Amino acid sequence: MSVSYTHLAFTIFGIVPLIGVLVLSFSSWTGLTQNVPFSGLDSWKSVLTDPGLPHALWITFLIMALSWLAQTPLSILIGVFIAGHQRYRAVLAVLFFIPLLLSQAAIAITYKMLLDPNFGLGASLGWGFLQQDWLGEGKLAIGVIIFVVSWQWIPFHSLIYQGGVRQIPTAMYEAAEIDGAGRVRKFFSITLPQLKYTIITSSTLMVVGSLTFFDLIWVLTAGGPADATRALAVDMYVRGFRSGLMGPASAIAVILVLLGLGLALLVRRLGGRDAAESQLEGI
Amino acid sequence: MTIVLDSREAGKAAHAAPSSNGRRPRWMQYNWLGGLAGWLWLVIVLVPIYWIVITSFKLQTDYFSTNPLVPPSSPTLENYRFVLENHFVRYFFNSVIVTLGAVVPAVVVSFMAAYAIVRGSAVSRFIRTVNAVFLMGLAIPLQAVIIPVYLLIIKLQMYDSLGAIILPSIAFAIPLSVLVLSNFIRDIPKELFESMRMDGATEWGTLWRLALPLTRPALVTVTIYQGLQVWNGFLLPLILTQSPERRVLPLALTAFQGQYNINIPAVLASVMLTTLPILVLYVVGRRQMLSGLTAGFGK
Repeated sequence: MSVSYTHLAFTIFGIVPLIGVLVLSFSSWTGLTQNVPFSGLDSWKSVLTDPGLPHALWITFLIMALSWLAQTPLSILIGVFIAGHQRYRAVLAVLFFIPLLLSQAAIAITYKMLLDPNFGLGASLGWGFLQQDWLGEGKLAIGVIIFVVSWQWIPFHSLIYQGGVRQIPTAMYEAAEIDGAGRVRKFFSITLPQLKYTIITSSTLMVVGSLTFFDLIWVLTAGGPADATRALAVDMYVRGFRSGLMGPASAIAVILVLLGLGLALLVRRLGGRDAAESQLEGI
Repeated sequence: MTIVLDSREAGKAAHAAPSSNGRRPRWMQYNWLGGLAGWLWLVIVLVPIYWIVITSFKLQTDYFSTNPLVPPSSPTLENYRFVLENHFVRYFFNSVIVTLGAVVPAVVVSFMAAYAIVRGSAVSRFIRTVNAVFLMGLAIPLQAVIIPVYLLIIKLQMYDSLGAIILPSIAFAIPLSVLVLSNFIRDIPKELFESMRMDGATEWGTLWRLALPLTRPALVTVTIYQGLQVWNGFLLPLILTQSPERRVLPLALTAFQGQYNINIPAVLASVMLTTLPILVLYVVGRRQMLSGLTAGFGK
């Protein structure tokens, strides 16, 4: 009874705040006027036939996949390490929190300065390797975004894994030891399987979160060079608030929402448990 | 990996069991791979922060002529003076107004809503519905609904005001705050509510005299978290304000950087100035959070 009630509530109220954006996707509003003129399917037609959409989808996917690949193994490794009860590891955890306190704008500005080919760290140290035009070349710019995202978020995800590791019952390791299991064996047979739900939680946060990266990309590259880092959220902002095309921008927002829901469901299916439940575990 | 070592140690401490690890030398039990990753990442995290701090105390002329990783021989506050001269005091107060204006009402409203949800869900279908709405709000990213929010703010004729940032910030802070606070209030023993009722306290009195003191640790946590979100928020100010007088700090940072692109020490001083209040809050708030939580367990 209460389950069907919750579903009903979801259908009605989960959708309602999004109706606004759906309605606006059928308009040709410029963002400058008080009234909103409607134009049927025009926005959708222009968005769906625009080669900019598959490009933005590809960039979004690239950033999502690469940042997951960069963050997950390292976060697990570090999480397992700082789960130890030694005092210096607690200090490590405290310092790991610092990147989370900075605003994305501050982080982006710092890295923009740090990586500047003429005035940055590489230039003043005279290290050729660091002295590339990091944000002026498409592939490098994507790499920089992945790195900066990892810089900010690997500590956070490490702390999630730290929590997960500490919940694994000690008895399991003691039993494995009696059976003569080595350390590597214990990691793959006990730690990793026991972290399953933590991995789902962390991955959901990473994957769904990467859809909404905006501040960082906007300040670092503004979607450039050319449109090499123009992910969906950036594409939406540029179309809507720079080009005055709120209709198509709303259509992209709708796509963004559908993608987020789809991905959350996908991760949940892959993990085989209620995603909301595992997310709460994370909180 | 390490967990093996650590959990064994924890186990030993708990049971005071005799040790049985005579098989391998101690250094082999250390999690070298995890240790390497952990320390390496700490260096990666700290180097840019170190660079920000030392560079912000260098003169621009010195910046180009000295090793960027060596602290300045004669630290200067010149950059900070320059940043403050560029209206950062105003931006700072804009940020303070927006953060307080959003977080205080959001936490108060969330606390009362959470109380009502925990106490009233069993009897009121309306309250259950409200709770469901809040939970659904968790799933909605700000980016996805920013265009309708923008339209709403224009219709309210609030565009380019601090209130335009405050109102949506409150709305987006409520869902998570309600969730965390209601989970916390739910853990208060039923007997305490019962005895309050026996003593003739009203729900309103119970809310303030029983639930509030017992929920304090969660309130601190929620306040700090939401404060951080609003203080660092970039998208709402970017879209809902326009004039320089209404700039909040993250927006002012990017404008300042755009203007004084080459003056790296000054830009980094501006980054320092905007981050300092949060660092202070973190140092103070972290303790409070921890002591609050342990006090909760003690009772």
